[in-house]
Amino acid sequence: MRLTVDGKIHEVDVEPDMPLLWVLRDELGITGVKYGCGIAQCGACTVHIDGVATRSCQQWVGDVEGEVTTINGLGNPDALHAVQAAWIEHQVAQCGYCQSGQIMSAAALLAENPNPSDEDIDDAMSGNLCRCGTYPRIREAVKTAARTIRSV
Amino acid sequence: MGRLKTFTRRAFLVGSVAVAGGVAFGAYMVKKPHANPLLADLGDGEAAITPYVRIDADGVTLITPRADKGQGAYSVQAALIAEELDVDLDQVKVDPGPPSPAYWNTALADEAAQFMAPGDGIGNDAAYGVLSAVMKLTGMQITGGSTTVPDGFIKLRQAGAVARETLKLAAAQKTGVPVGELQTRAGAVLLPDGTSLTYAELASRAASIEPPQDVALRAPSEWRLIGKPMQRLDVVAKSTGTQVYGIDHRVDGMVHAAIKLNPAQSGPLVGFDATEALKMRGVKDVVKITGGFAVIADNTWRAFQAAEMVEAEWGPAPFPPTMDEHWQALSASFADDFQDSRKRDDGDVEIAIAETGEILKAEYRAPYLAHAPLEPINAIVRVDDDSAEVWTGTQVPRFIQNNVGRIAGIDPENVSVHVLYMGGSFGHRLEDQVVKQAAEIAVQMKGTPVKLTYSREEDLSHDFARQIAMARMRGTVRNGRVETYDLGIAMPSVVVSQMSRQGMSVPGPDSQIVAGAWDQPFAIPNHRVTGYRAPELAPISSWRSVGASSNGFFYNAGLDELIHAAGADPLEERLRLCSIPEARKVLEAVGEMSGWDGVLGKGRGRGVALTQSFGVHCAEVIEVTSTEDGIRIDKVYVAAEVGTVVDPVNFDNLVKGGVIFALGHAMNCEITYTDGIADQNNFDSFQGMRMYQCPEIEVRGLENGGKVLGIGEPPVPPAAAALAGAIFAATGTRLREMPFNKFVDFV
Repeated sequence: MRLTVDGKIHEVDVEPDMPLLWVLRDELGITGVKYGCGIAQCGACTVHIDGVATRSCQQWVGDVEGEVTTINGLGNPDALHAVQAAWIEHQVAQCGYCQSGQIMSAAALLAENPNPSDEDIDDAMSGNLCRCGTYPRIREAVKTAARTIRSV
Repeated sequence: MGRLKTFTRRAFLVGSVAVAGGVAFGAYMVKKPHANPLLADLGDGEAAITPYVRIDADGVTLITPRADKGQGAYSVQAALIAEELDVDLDQVKVDPGPPSPAYWNTALADEAAQFMAPGDGIGNDAAYGVLSAVMKLTGMQITGGSTTVPDGFIKLRQAGAVARETLKLAAAQKTGVPVGELQTRAGAVLLPDGTSLTYAELASRAASIEPPQDVALRAPSEWRLIGKPMQRLDVVAKSTGTQVYGIDHRVDGMVHAAIKLNPAQSGPLVGFDATEALKMRGVKDVVKITGGFAVIADNTWRAFQAAEMVEAEWGPAPFPPTMDEHWQALSASFADDFQDSRKRDDGDVEIAIAETGEILKAEYRAPYLAHAPLEPINAIVRVDDDSAEVWTGTQVPRFIQNNVGRIAGIDPENVSVHVLYMGGSFGHRLEDQVVKQAAEIAVQMKGTPVKLTYSREEDLSHDFARQIAMARMRGTVRNGRVETYDLGIAMPSVVVSQMSRQGMSVPGPDSQIVAGAWDQPFAIPNHRVTGYRAPELAPISSWRSVGASSNGFFYNAGLDELIHAAGADPLEERLRLCSIPEARKVLEAVGEMSGWDGVLGKGRGRGVALTQSFGVHCAEVIEVTSTEDGIRIDKVYVAAEVGTVVDPVNFDNLVKGGVIFALGHAMNCEITYTDGIADQNNFDSFQGMRMYQCPEIEVRGLENGGKVLGIGEPPVPPAAAALAGAIFAATGTRLREMPFNKFVDFV
C-alpha cells in the first residue's frame, strides 16, 4: 500500500491492521515517532494526519487517508518549526522521549488556536504523559511558540 | 568556598598518554589503579590514567562515564571538564567511553558506606574502607544516588586543568614562548602576538610531556560555565526527533524479539506451545528463556502479536498471593527479631512515654511503585563464538559485561557494551534483566544481533518495584512543643533484593530502611528511629531516592501529627527543633517564598516538609484548595542546599521534575499483586501526573554548604508529606497511606 509521510511517498507491504506507529518505526525507519504504551494513553506516538493530531499506535495503516507528518517532518535542526524552536529556547527536555509527541500535540493545538488560554493548553496537552515532569516548561514553551506563530 | 584547591600527587595522579594521532588525559585516586580502557588497543597497561579528555586530529572528545538517562549527566560532566580545559561545549564531542573499572564511582561508595551502621562493631570508617575497596575491585561504574556531580566535581575539573597546562607546555616547547605568557581560549593556546595553536595540532607533542601535578583549580569567581545557565548538548536533538535512543538503534542484520514472562512476577515457565505463533507472518522462532519465552520476528509489532498467541503454562510467584499478606508481613516485622538498625536514639523514649499519660500513635503505609520510564526497556545483543556486543541504555555497564559473559560462556572482557541514550530511568536501568534475556536469546542464534523490546505491559508488570513500606510512630508533646518522637520503619531490603540479581550478597544492616528518617536535622529531646527488616516479598529495586522515597513521607507525616497535637505551627516548630544551619536556611527560604505567615482563603491549606537525603537538605511548601471537584494543588515552593548549582537551568528542571514525579505517584499510583500478578500494567492504571494536575512550582537553590551535591533525587522525599499536610490544613483529613486518591479526590 501507498503512504505519504513527511512529503515522501512510500510503498509498504504490510498487514492493513499494523499500527501506523510500527510501519513508521520498523518499516520506514522514522524513529522520531516513539512507542510508549500502545494504547493511546501516553501520546509519545503522536503524528499529524492532514494536520490532525493522531495517536499512531491506534491508527491502522490500512485506514490512513491523508498525508502523515511526523516530528521528523515538522521541522529539522536546520529549519525548526516554531514549536521546536520554543522547546529549545525553554530547554524543555529531560530524557526527551515524550517530547516528539508533546511537540506534535502542541503544533496541532496552535495551528487551530494560536492564542490558547492556560486551560486550553492543559486540555490539549494532558493526553501526553511526561514521566520526567517537564510540564511547567512545556506550558511556557507553548506560550512562546504561540507568540511566534501569531507574529508571523 | 572561594579557596583554591590544589591537588597533590598523594591524592590524585594526573597523567597523559599517546593515543593514535593524539593524547589522552586523566586522573585517578586509587593506590593500584585500574588500567586505562582507552589504551586497550595499544596493549599498554602501564600508564594508569582514568581518561577524561582525548585530543586527536578530529578534535577534542570529553569522556563522560556517568550515564545520561535524561538528567543531563553528559552535559554537566562535559561542562566540568570544559571549565578548566578552556573549550566551548559546541567544539567538543562527548563520549560515555567503554565500560571500565577505572570509572568507579567514589561518591556512591560514600553513600553505600552507610549500609553499615555504627554500633554493630564496625566503625563507619572501616566500613567505608571495605565498601570502597569492594566497589573498586568490582569497578562499579554505576550511575545513581545523585552522585554524578559530587563524584565528578573535582575529578573532572582536574582532568581538564592538567590537560590545559600540558597543552600550554607543548605550545611553549614548540614556539619557545615562556609558558607564563601563554593563555588558553576556545580550544586553542594563544601566543602573546595573537597567534593561536589549536589543541589538536599540539596533541601529539603534548603526549610526550610529563603533565604538571600541582595545577590549581580556578576560583569560583573565574568560572565561565559553572553556575551560569547552560544549553544542554542534547536539547536540539530531543526537540526534533533526531535523538537516537536505545529503542531506535539499529544494527545490520538484526532481528526483533518480544518476550512474555510469567505474569506472576518471577514465577517459572512450566511449558509452552508455539504452534499458532509460528504460523504468523514474519515470525522466525519462539525460544525458551528464564521465566518465559521469546518470539523472534522481522518487526517489533509482529513479535508482540505473536507472543500473545503462544499458549503457556506458568508456575506460581515466590511471594504471598494477596496484598493483605504483604502488609501482614510488614506489620509482623515490628519486633526485636527483625530489628535491622537503631541509628538514632536520643534522650530516653521509653521513659518519656512511660511518664506521659497522653501518647500519640499512628501508622503509615507506602505501596509498591513502578519506575515506568517512558521508553520501554530494550537491548540489542549479538553473541559470537568468543565475544559479544551489547547496545543498550544502562546505568551498570560493568554488570552487563559480567552477566553477558556468563550467559554466553565467554570472558567478560570480550563483551563490548555501547551505552545508548535513555528515555528515562528513575532507577529502572540499574537492573539489567532485559540484557540478560536478550543474551539468552542471542546465544540460541549466534552471530545474529537480537533486539529485544519490552511491550509496555511487560515492562510495567515485571518491573522490580519500589519497596512496600510501613511505619509506626509514637510520641508525646508538652507545653506546646514536641517532646518525644519514636519512629519505627519496616520494609524488605532493597539493596539485598537488587544485588541478589547480580549474584551478590550484602552483609550488615541496610541503611536504606531508615534513609531520610534517622539522620534528619531535628533535635527532639527524646528521639529514636528504628529500622526493621521485613522478609523478602515481591522483588524490589531502587526507585528515585530509594529508602527516602517512602521515609520522607513517614518522618514528616509523623512529625506533623505531633506538632499538631502540641498546637504548634508546622514550620515554626520545625525551625525551633532544627539543629543544622543549612537545614534552617532551606526552611526559612520556603517560608519566605510562600509567605507562610500570610492567611490563606477559605478551603485552602498549606503544608511543609523537609528531608535530608543524599546529603541535600530540601524543603517544600505546598498550597492546596479544596474545591467541589476535589483537591487542587495550587503552588509548590522548593528550596534545596547543594553547595554549588552547576547549571541553574538543569537544576530548576530536575527539581520541578522531582516534585512532579513524587506528587504524581503519591496522589495516583500503586502496584498491587494478586496471585503474584501486577494489577496495573499500563498508563491507564498507573498514570503518574498529567499536565492538568501539575501545579506551579517555584525553585530556589541555596549555596551555603561546602560540599557540592547532586539534585536528581532529593526533591522527591519531602513532597508527599507537604501535600498531606496541606490537605489536612484545608480539610481536616489526615492522610497516612499512599496513594492519597484512595481517600480523597483530586481535581
